[in-house]
Formats: sequence, C-alpha cells, structure tokens
Amino acid sequence: MLIWIIKRDLLLAVRRQSDVLTTLFFFIIVVSLFPLSVGPEMNLLRTMAPGIVWVAALLASMLSLGRMFSNDYIDGTLEQMLLSPQSLSLLVLGKALAHWLVTGIPLVLMAPVLGIQYDLPGDALAILTISLLLGTPVLSLIGAIGAALTLGLRGGGVLVSLLVLPLYIPILIFGAGAVEASMAGVGFDAHLSLIGAFLLVSLVFAPWAAASSLKVSLE
Amino acid sequence: MLQGINLACVRGDRELFKDINFLLESGGLMQVRGPNGSGKTSLLRMLCGLSHPAAGDILWEDQNIRALDSDFFAAVTYIGHLSGTKDDLTVLENLQISSALAGMEISTEQANDALHYIGLKGREALPVKVLSQGQRRRVALARLLVCKTSLWILDEPLVALDVMAVKLVRGVLEEHLQQGGMVVMTTHQEIDISAASIMELQLA
Repeated sequence: MLIWIIKRDLLLAVRRQSDVLTTLFFFIIVVSLFPLSVGPEMNLLRTMAPGIVWVAALLASMLSLGRMFSNDYIDGTLEQMLLSPQSLSLLVLGKALAHWLVTGIPLVLMAPVLGIQYDLPGDALAILTISLLLGTPVLSLIGAIGAALTLGLRGGGVLVSLLVLPLYIPILIFGAGAVEASMAGVGFDAHLSLIGAFLLVSLVFAPWAAASSLKVSLE
Repeated sequence: MLQGINLACVRGDRELFKDINFLLESGGLMQVRGPNGSGKTSLLRMLCGLSHPAAGDILWEDQNIRALDSDFFAAVTYIGHLSGTKDDLTVLENLQISSALAGMEISTEQANDALHYIGLKGREALPVKVLSQGQRRRVALARLLVCKTSLWILDEPLVALDVMAVKLVRGVLEEHLQQGGMVVMTTHQEIDISAASIMELQLA
C-alpha cells in the first residue's frame, strides 16, 4: 500500500515535471536574490546564509502543499482512497513521503551549491545539507495536516500558509541554528538531535492528524 | 446483508429525506430513484461510509458500518460521479493502481483481460486524458471486473455509455447478482436487470 501510493505519486510527478521544477527554481531564485541585492559583503552574507536558505526551503516546500491532496480530490481518487480497507494514516504517510521525495530532496541536493554563493565554509555546507535532510521531511509531514484541513476551501492556498508556517518555526530555528553553531565553532549536535526528534514525532502524529482532517473535509 | 434504519439526511437547513428503511439481501438489487436534488448521491455516499447519516443506522451483516470501519470497506466497491482516474496515468496504470489501493493487487494480464472485456482493447497504454467521457467511464467500471467485493454501490454508472456498453454492464451486474452479490444503484435510464430480488427506493 505504502509502496503503491509512493510509486503512483512519483509516476505522476514524472509525467508533470513542471510541478517539480517550479518548486526547485523558486528555491534557487529566492536564495540567489539575496547576494545580488545585499552586495559582496562576505561576513554579512556568511551570517545571513543559514536563515535565508532555510526560509527559502520553507516557502518552496509550502508552494506545492496545495497540490498534495487537491488534485486527487478533484478527480475522485481521494474518495476512493478513503474507501480503501487499508489504513488512511499509512496512505497519508505515503503521500507525504512522496511529496518529500519530489520537493524536499531536490532542495537538499541544491543547498550546498547555493551555499557557495554565501561563501560558507565546507563544514557549514555539510551541516546545512544534513539539517535540511532531517528537516524537510518534517515540513512535508506537517504540511500534510494543513493541506488536509484546507482541502476544498476557497482561498485554501493562503490559509494553508497561515496554518502551517507558525508550526514550521521550531524547525527553522534549530535548522538555521545548527549551521550557525557549526560556524561559531560550538557543538551543533543538540540542534540536529532536536530536528531528529521533531521528525520522529511528526512521523507518528502527522499522518494520523492529516487522515482525521481528510475524513472531515470529504464528508 | 445491508440494512438501513430510519435514515435521514440534512443539507444545510434542508431535510433531503428521512425515515428511509430498507433491507437488501444477498443477490438483491436496489434501485434508488428520485428527481434531481432528492438526495440520491447523498444516500449512496452514506451507504458506502463516506458521510454519516443525520439520523439512523446503516447495518452490514447486523453490525453498524461505523464500528466495522475497514472490514466494511473491504466488502464495498463505490463508483461515484467522479471517475476516480488520474488523467496523466495510462488506462492500465489507472486500473492496476486503483485496484492496489483498494487492497487488491492484480497482475498485468488480469488488468488487460478486464480492459479488453470492457471494450478498451488497444487503449491500454493511452493516458486517460485523451479518452472520451464514455471511455473514461469504462475505465472506472473495469474495476468491477477485477474487484472481489460483495456490495457494489454505483452512482449513475450508465452515464455517457453507448448501447453496447450498457448491455455489457448489465451482463456484469447480472453475473454479480447471481453469485450472491448486492448492488445499490441510481440511474435515470431504463435498464431491466434480472435478479433474485429487485427493490425500488423512491426518494421524495
């Protein structure tokens, strides 16, 4: 079941590559705008880098949240999934994982390249990538709750940002914090452990919460 | 055995229907009739567990479907107004994936056989978005051929189908009923299906 839903969503993403590419290019452009506008002040750029990359990752991940369930809602495949004898939470988990593979992984892979624009040292680039690798699945999982709650509503796109962005704040703080800590030469393990903890908690609770919201949204 | 007891449906302030009672035994066909807006689709969505009745209970084998949850879903196939197919996937992928998500993995041969039977031979590798309305309907109905559920809930299954396809669907329904299955359906078209017991439920 989990395999099938991931396979299905990846297949759909391959058939509609524009959806994947817009998210990635949005991320690249937002991150690249700052060095261009601030100017080549190396120290300033280095301090700003973790925050900017993380904020851009949040926004890019949010950009595609609306599509997570709404396409399936419109063509009726979502109501068929609700009628499946298999657990709906598992299905939501599959959809969130597929969302992460399609939108999160490209961001993680692109981040070290973009970090060079900010003159980040090698260790900091590595920590930035690891923090994104741990943090982006949390964005997809928490985002699934928001997407499920706003399903079928007019203006759902704006509402989902208002619902979900505040919940992203802890991830943002610890994600950017890990990179800053590593540049300052202090331990960054605690930050990464906390993101890992968020990941585990959201893996357990987010699918369940999103599944309950879907049931309400479709009634 | 599917039983409805004093079912009522409320949409906003308006009561669509109330005190609906029926008992559908194995091998039985129930046709839900009524003018547009009388709550046929709402009733069918209730029966398959997508929405909850405002009042009353729906029993499956003498147990409330809410308590049964996934055990009930394993016995039901619902085909609604929306086709439940993805435009970007091919006909074959649609059938295989929708069956797998409904808990029934099928082989490529099984899927191909079903598609040939329903009249989509040669279209297996086309994306659904290039098909006509009637062909999309056939893709959705192909699920009936591969599923192993006993209760079929069909909302206007004959819409957009040509005469040959209607005949085909009638044959599929009759075979299902003969094997002890149950069908609840709405249709505005006249279709004479022979079944052990045929009921009509008139709404409003």
